Parts: sequence; C-alpha cells; structure tokens
Amino acid sequence: MDANLTLILTSSFLIGTGVYLILERSLTRVLIGLVLLSNGANLLFMVASGPAGDPPILSSGEPDDTGMADPLPQAMVLTAIVITLATTAFLLAMAYRSWQLHGNDDVQDDIEDAQIRRLAAADAASDSYDLTLEASAEDTATDEVYEEEGSES
Amino acid sequence: MTTSVLVPMPVLLPLLGAGVTLMLSRRPRAQRIATVTILATVAVLAAVLLVEADRSGPQVVWLGGWSAPLGIALVADRLAALMLLVSAVVTLLVLLYSLGQGMTGDDTEAPVSVYHPTFLVLVAGVSNAFLAGDLFNLFVGFEMLLFASYVLLTLGGTSTRVRAGTIYVVVNMLSSALFLVSLAAVYAACGTVNLAQLSERVDDLPDDVALALQLLLLTTFAIKAAVFPLSFWLPDSYPTAPAPVTAVFAGLLTKVGVYAILRMQTLVFPDSPLSGVLMWVALLTMLIGILGAVAQSDIKRMLSFTLVSHIGYMIFGVGLATAAGISGAVFYVAHHITIQTALFLVVGLIERRAGSAGLLRLGGLARLSPVIAILFFIPAMNLAGIPPASGFIGKVGLLQAGLDVGTPLAIGLVVGGVLTSLLTLYAVAKTWALAFWRTPEQAHEIAATLPHLDEELEDHHHAQGMVVHRDHVHVGGTAFGSRDLEDARRVVDSDSPERDLYQLLRDGALPSRLPASMVLPTAILVVITALLTVVAGPLFAFTDRAADDLIERTPYVSSVLDEEGR
Repeated sequence: MDANLTLILTSSFLIGTGVYLILERSLTRVLIGLVLLSNGANLLFMVASGPAGDPPILSSGEPDDTGMADPLPQAMVLTAIVITLATTAFLLAMAYRSWQLHGNDDVQDDIEDAQIRRLAAADAASDSYDLTLEASAEDTATDEVYEEEGSES
Repeated sequence: MTTSVLVPMPVLLPLLGAGVTLMLSRRPRAQRIATVTILATVAVLAAVLLVEADRSGPQVVWLGGWSAPLGIALVADRLAALMLLVSAVVTLLVLLYSLGQGMTGDDTEAPVSVYHPTFLVLVAGVSNAFLAGDLFNLFVGFEMLLFASYVLLTLGGTSTRVRAGTIYVVVNMLSSALFLVSLAAVYAACGTVNLAQLSERVDDLPDDVALALQLLLLTTFAIKAAVFPLSFWLPDSYPTAPAPVTAVFAGLLTKVGVYAILRMQTLVFPDSPLSGVLMWVALLTMLIGILGAVAQSDIKRMLSFTLVSHIGYMIFGVGLATAAGISGAVFYVAHHITIQTALFLVVGLIERRAGSAGLLRLGGLARLSPVIAILFFIPAMNLAGIPPASGFIGKVGLLQAGLDVGTPLAIGLVVGGVLTSLLTLYAVAKTWALAFWRTPEQAHEIAATLPHLDEELEDHHHAQGMVVHRDHVHVGGTAFGSRDLEDARRVVDSDSPERDLYQLLRDGALPSRLPASMVLPTAILVVITALLTVVAGPLFAFTDRAADDLIERTPYVSSVLDEEGR
C-alpha cells in the first residue's frame, strides 16, 4: 500500500498546530487546538484506508471488492467526528461557564495544591520549600504548632 | 449458545434506561425505580455471564451478523465477566447511596433530572469497554463513559467543579485523540481492529512497527489508568465531584484503563519488550502516588493519591507477564474497585455528618459517629493490607509472583510494594488519628494558630480580572450589572466552609443523624469488601483460570473467530 504523502503532511501540520494551541492557558485556544488535533487524527484514517476507489456499495449479486474503497476507516472517522462534535460543544459550554464565573476562561491553578505548598512553607522543619511566601513571613506560631503541623504535612 | 444472547445486554439495557429515565425526568419516583431496576438486572446478567464464561468458555456475539473485519464482536470471557460483575454491583450500591443523599450530592441546585440518564450512560460505557472485542468498540466505550463522566464531574457548574472539570476534559480529549492516532496506525499496519485478528497479525509485523503500536496504545491507556508520569490530572479533578460520583469514578474509570492495558499486553502483545518499562513505571506509580497521599490534608485528596498509588500494584502484575502475576493483578483490580468505592462513600458520610472532609477542620469523629468510624476503619485497614483482609491476600499474591520471577527489577518491585503498603498504612493512620481520635477542640485550636490559608486563596481566586465600578462589574472589557454577577456567584460552591467542626458543633449547625439510605449501601459495600476475604480462595482460583486463559490466548481467539461463520 502506498501512503499518501499530502495527507500525512497535512495531518502532521494539524496535529502540530493543535499541540501548540493546547499548551495555551485560555480554554478557547485549547479548544481550537483539540479540534485541529482530532481533525489531524481523522486524516490519518484516510491515509490508512489507502487510495480512493469505487463507492463501497454492494448491489445484489457478487461482492466485488477489487476497485472498492475501504469502508471501515470511513465508518470509524464518522464516529470519531460525531464524538468530537459533542465534546467540542461541551467544552464550549464549560468555557462559557468559566467566563461567567471568573470573567475569563483561563485554566485555573489547583487551589489545594497551593494550600499544601503554604502548609509546607509554614513548616519550619521543611527546608525543601524555600518559597518566599507571606505565610512564612507573618507566621507567628509557636514551636509546638510546628511539630503538630510537621506530622501533617 | 443461548447465553451468548445476553452478552450485549449490559450495554443495551443501561442505554435504553438512559432514554427512559430522560423521558421520566419530571417523575423522579418512576425515574429512581427504573434506574435501580436496570442496574440490578445488569448485575444479575453479569453474574450469569460469569458463571457461563467460567463453565463453557468465552461468550461471543457478532453484532448485526457481519463477519470478521466489518462486524463488531462483543466478548465475555472470564476476565471481562468478572470485571462486569464487580462494576455492576458497585454501581448499583453507589446509585442507592446517591438516592439517599438527595439524588445528586451536596448541591441542591444541580440539575437533578440529568443525573440518572448520565449515570446509566456511564454504566453502559463501562460495560461496553469491558466487553469490547475490537479496538474501535473499546474507543467508543471509553468515549461513552468519559462523556458521562464529564457531565457528572461538572454537575451544577460551580466554580471548583468547572476548574477541575476543565483539566479533566482536556486531558481526556487529548488521550482520545491519541487513541484515534493509534487506531489509525493499527488499522494501517494490520488491516483490522478486531482484537482476536490483531493477536494473529501483530506477530507478522516487523518488530519496530509492533513496538510503535504498542507504545501508542500503552500511552493512551496509561493516561486513562492514571499511571505515574501521566497521573497528575487525577488527584486534581476527582475530589471536587459529589461523593457518589467520585466514588464510582475512583472505583471504575481508572480500572477500565488497567483492564485495557491488561488485555493489550496479554492478547495482542504477549512477548512484549516493554515489560521492563511497565515494571519501572509501576514502581514509580506506587511510590510517588503514596508520597503524595501522605502530604495531603484532605481525605478525598488523600484517597485519590492512594488510588494512583495502588494502580501501580496492578501494573506490576501486568508487567510480570506470568500467570501468577496476571492472576494477582486481576484479583487486585476486583479488590480495589470495591475498596476504593467504599472509602469514598464513607468520605461522603463524613462530609454529611461533619460538614467537611478537610483534616484541618475535623476531629473527634469516632465519638461523634461510631458508625462512620467503623465503616472507615475496616476498608482503610483493608487498603493498607492488614493481614486477614483481601488487600493483604492480593498483595501477597502479587509479591509472591514477583519473587517467583526473581529478576533484580522484580525483587525491587516487591520491596517497593511492601514500602507502599507501609506508607499507605501511615497515610490512613494519620487520617484516623486526626479526623477520628483527637477532639474537635484540639483541631480548632491548632487550626486557629495556622496562617489563614483559605481566605487569601479565595480572595485571590475570585478577584482575578474583575473590576467593580459604579454598580457594574467590568470583566475583560464587558460590563455586567452586579446582579448578574450575584446570580452567577450564588451558584459558586461552598465547598470550603468557613467554620470548622468545633464551631459547627458549638453552633449546632450539623445534622445530628445520617440518613439510613446513605449508611446502608455503604455498609453493604463494606461487608462485600470483607466478604472478599472469605471467598478469597475460590476467587483466586477463578483469577488463576482467567490468567491462564489470558496467557494461552487460544480460548479467546478461537472462540471469537470460530463464531464468525455463524
């Protein structure tokens, strides 16, 4: 089977662009990136299905699959397209909700992570976090507390 | 082969049920009855399939009657049927629990009517993934369960859930795209996506092509299963969902990934050069996951990290690629689905009773509610692998298999496994000591001396990008009336309440009783986890037979391909 170079190049361009956009913080750009990415992946199925052929319709009589296009990848791509459509709609709704709540659609940092980092920063025994956070500066707690905390974090 | 007619039912019934419950959305009572009936039926069907698969080999159905490359096969062999049964029982109990919790969890404003249909689609997706006899159907199963999980995770659309959901959805879309790429590559290389046919054709491929395919598929499934370098999305997204949702996610979704890895490694790539890599990855998953768990100050997050960590045990068994290792892994999956779900349900009870699952706020639960204490203690000790429990038996099976293999790496993994088990014990013991043993006063006094972590963060979180000016809120160039914003804020969750348990108790702001409909399903699940210990012998014998099937490959392949002509 000869692979179609144009399709491969187009597909790799789409996937590359998609990956670049996914690395952005704004959800809308991530979304566009994902759409490009899945379109690139779908094109790969076209590569896999080989050269174009006759419509894969079996009329009555002998199945003659000599000049017929491979129907299977097309069926798969159709399924994949539908799934992508639904996910895109869902992500759009989420980007909108995020904008409603925060006024932007940036992907947020994990709050609990930051909290644990602060806990660790408030813990004098732990030198692994030399973060210059306000928490460690204004921390006036006693040594006993540090010990209590040390057992927790 | 009359029972093989039943094979598609665990997929079809929940899907049908999803449609029915959607139509019944105005009649909550009928909706509940329909969902419970369907899930119970699926559990019974799974049990029948399990018995039949054990007695007379894999049950196969070719949907639509098309033959091999075009048709879609559903296969219930021993492994698939066992997974199906465990997941059906667990989902039924979780659903009963969520009925007791007021349908959707803690959030009264969540759209109640979509919960049941979505839950059923999730069950259908999980069943489809377990039964799928070809890769593309596996993909469809994954997408079904993922889509349902997107909706369940962001139920109510509160700020925290949208944040967590964003990460979850993007990561999973990325892994789906990767799955598509691997599917295209597999089809281009082998001309089929049927697993049985693949297992015959992959042997003829050049080694490097087979390796590339295997790497692609493994990476995809490792994201779903939250195996170490690809696990960071999980502890971030799971804990924010309502308790029953987190419970069913933690129990099932990652295990579907593990199942897919297991299936690929045994059926399609049996003599894989990647076993060593898998074992390294398993070691790192165990250790880094559990170290994360030790550091957490919230029970839900602690459990999410132990979830990641214990995935390592299963990958360990798969990486060994011996019958004993795979048998141990299958046993461990069955054990871990029930145990992790039970623990998350208990955390839901804690949240209901004490208003929070944060260790900084909790204390004295053992006196406040002995029932919760018992329900937490049994599965927690089981998770850590204290001797009579099934967690111990599963771990011993795996470690024994590791010692039998005897390579330095396998021995290293055995040591890592024991260490992880100890650290798990430390993590749950810490939780026990803080949340159950000390008094609420102690918790309050200690928390009061800490810098105010929450407030600073909350302020920072909400103030981003908003300017208030003359009753209007300016956001990114657009002005809202402040009422619009209030409306939006009202739905913003109260996931982190300002008062800790001591203050809540003082103010008498807590419900004094737990609804029996929440406690009962949790108790049943805890009893089931304990029962796994009792039936460990027969269960291990069963997983041994399943593992032999998987290593041998012929039962699966021949029953799928022989069925083709009919």
